[in-house]
Amino acid sequence: MNRQSHSSTKPSVRSFDLQRLRALIIKESLQAIRDPSTLVIAFVLPVILLLLFAYAVSLDAKNIRIGVVMESSSPAAHDLASAFTATKFLDVSFAHDRREVAHRLISGSLRGYVVIPQDFPQRMRQQGAEPLVQIITDGSYPNTANYVENYTKGVVHSWGTSQNLVMPHQGTTLIPRYWFNPELESRRALIPGAIAIVMTIIGTMLTALVVAREWERGTMEAILSTPASVVEILAGKLLPYFVLAMLSTLGATALAIYAFGVPLRGSLSTLLLISAVFMVPALGQGLLISSLARNQFLAAQIALFTGFLPSFMLSGFLYEIDAMPAPVRLITLLVPARYYVDSLKTIFLAGDIWSIFLPNLFAMMGIGLLFFTLAKRATRKSLE
Amino acid sequence: MLSTYFSATRLRAQFFKELLSVLRDPRSRMVVFVPPLMQLLVFAFAATLEVRNIELAVYNQDSGRWSYELIQRLNSAGFIARLQQVDSQQQLHTLLDRGDTMAALSIPVDFSRKLAAGENSPLQVLVDGRRSNSGQITVAYLSAIAADMDAEAKIEGTTTTPVIVRHWFNPNLTYRWYIVPGLTGILALFSSLLITSLSIARERELGTFDQLLVSPTSTMEIIISKSLPALAIGTALGLFMTGAGVFIFGIPFTGSVVLLLISLVLFILSVVGIGLVLSAVSMTQQQAILGAFAVGVPAVLVSGFATPIENMPLLLQWIAQCIPLTHFLVIVEGSFLKAMPARDIFANLWPLLIIAVVTLSLAVIFVRGRLQ
Repeated sequence: MNRQSHSSTKPSVRSFDLQRLRALIIKESLQAIRDPSTLVIAFVLPVILLLLFAYAVSLDAKNIRIGVVMESSSPAAHDLASAFTATKFLDVSFAHDRREVAHRLISGSLRGYVVIPQDFPQRMRQQGAEPLVQIITDGSYPNTANYVENYTKGVVHSWGTSQNLVMPHQGTTLIPRYWFNPELESRRALIPGAIAIVMTIIGTMLTALVVAREWERGTMEAILSTPASVVEILAGKLLPYFVLAMLSTLGATALAIYAFGVPLRGSLSTLLLISAVFMVPALGQGLLISSLARNQFLAAQIALFTGFLPSFMLSGFLYEIDAMPAPVRLITLLVPARYYVDSLKTIFLAGDIWSIFLPNLFAMMGIGLLFFTLAKRATRKSLE
Repeated sequence: MLSTYFSATRLRAQFFKELLSVLRDPRSRMVVFVPPLMQLLVFAFAATLEVRNIELAVYNQDSGRWSYELIQRLNSAGFIARLQQVDSQQQLHTLLDRGDTMAALSIPVDFSRKLAAGENSPLQVLVDGRRSNSGQITVAYLSAIAADMDAEAKIEGTTTTPVIVRHWFNPNLTYRWYIVPGLTGILALFSSLLITSLSIARERELGTFDQLLVSPTSTMEIIISKSLPALAIGTALGLFMTGAGVFIFGIPFTGSVVLLLISLVLFILSVVGIGLVLSAVSMTQQQAILGAFAVGVPAVLVSGFATPIENMPLLLQWIAQCIPLTHFLVIVEGSFLKAMPARDIFANLWPLLIIAVVTLSLAVIFVRGRLQ
């Protein structure tokens, strides 16, 4: 082998050697694949997450349990009540006294109730001078309370229109058109987030654990004392997980497209490029955590609270970043998943729009470089 | 002979040993307590379903009074950070494609004329469907602004609302009142799950589990001593965070503290049982931690924290009933806001008790299996 020494301070054996790197990669890959937990996280967890995001975490509320209190037994009241039963969004149960349902609101078996008052026919004749019905919601679940309010109001309004009680809406009418997701399926917006979470677990959590284990057992010093250079050792450690994460992304993408009908409007090569770039900060963060923590318990805790939970809560896939207060928005700038989720949503739903991707790519690269630089400093310090 | 199976002195010594193994290192101490509390602070402000600071683009083709009025109103609307006026429909499309605007409003030429004549006056709003949830909320806000303006233009049929709406327990629907009690449960779950799942796995990986096997300690003692630190830490964390909810976030606490404490202990115990099972079946710490994730993340998703359980398919609704977090969430949300009476607490407490008994018995079986 022709080994050229690049700097006079380092001995020639320290320089980069492809053959040695290959040997290291094979060793680390075998180590990774032999542990079944690695494969479970890379290939089974994405399937579970995608299934849950497709079926469990639907933001489109339906079957909301509400009560209808019939204080009036007039034909009109019964007519309105049957209008409530007809909606597929509501799961209605009837009562004659509001005390019966008030308790069920506390126990959580109802999300809200509608009171059709005793003097309902008189109120109808007054044509809206008095409110027709009263709507009570369980405000302790604010999101559901909003749905209860909107759905029940909608039912009363369209019933009122059909009875010529309420004038059909005249004036400004907003005609919304939702681009990229006209059916407003929340799973289409959520599945990119699921991919980002799995990538964070593989990239940050797994890497932090694997490298921290070497420190914990003292084998890191042993490897460092071999002729292999630090770059070779770390590349050997990180590359298998990089490949694993990319395979996992491909699998999750195929599942999203073919099983859950999420469109892929951009190109697959762009998706892979952006995922590859996202792995830079993800792996860098894992490496940094492991070189700071040096044991698996600490590494797992830090990775949970700085990697996994932020990519869940602060990446903009569940909660809108624009709506967060300014200090929290500043924190999100350091969460690599934020740029990844933003890009993934566009690739899946809109297409290849490089004016969105380029700033995101640069941000991820920048954060990645920062993490790797810090990790390198932390590693060097420890050896002295 | 009982003393060979159970000894209080030995148990106490073991408990301190286990507690120290988690808390001895100052870095571990910090990592166990500080991040969860910080996360609570950050996430409580981050998790909101309101829409604020958005960008809006308007293409105004009308030169009449009402389009001017509408733009004035949009300009002064609190939720819009920047209103961008453009000169063509094409520009609206470009802004939307690039994600530079949440929604794009296109005001037609005859908007003011139709509105003044009391006719139906349509306004097209293009919304970024990539942000489907916020997009819908934005449309609702914009509709409210339009309705206000209609009221000023004296358009019939818009001024009378035939219903009144009351939100009980949380009149202004402050999302933080919901998120903070829920986060208390989730963060306590992850902390105690990680601590217990690592307990036996770490000993096995380091080889010290064999020493435990040859010592006179019984299985019960090992299990109790392994679960007590996580129980103590998890309960302390839960209490801290409940306190933070009351004193830092000013969320009304209307229920019973004693009942909440009992529920918290049972909740953590059932999580500890799951953690011990994971720990007993794992050969390495990595397996234990990844196992904790593979169990913890889906559990949070199905617990009803993100979306109501009744929205889920029936199979998932049954699974949700087996998740301790599901029941604890009902108790903690109810104790904060609803002044939940003891009867309703117990309705969710006995499932927790059953789950705790089942998971802890499983833990005994699995750990005993490891010991032989």
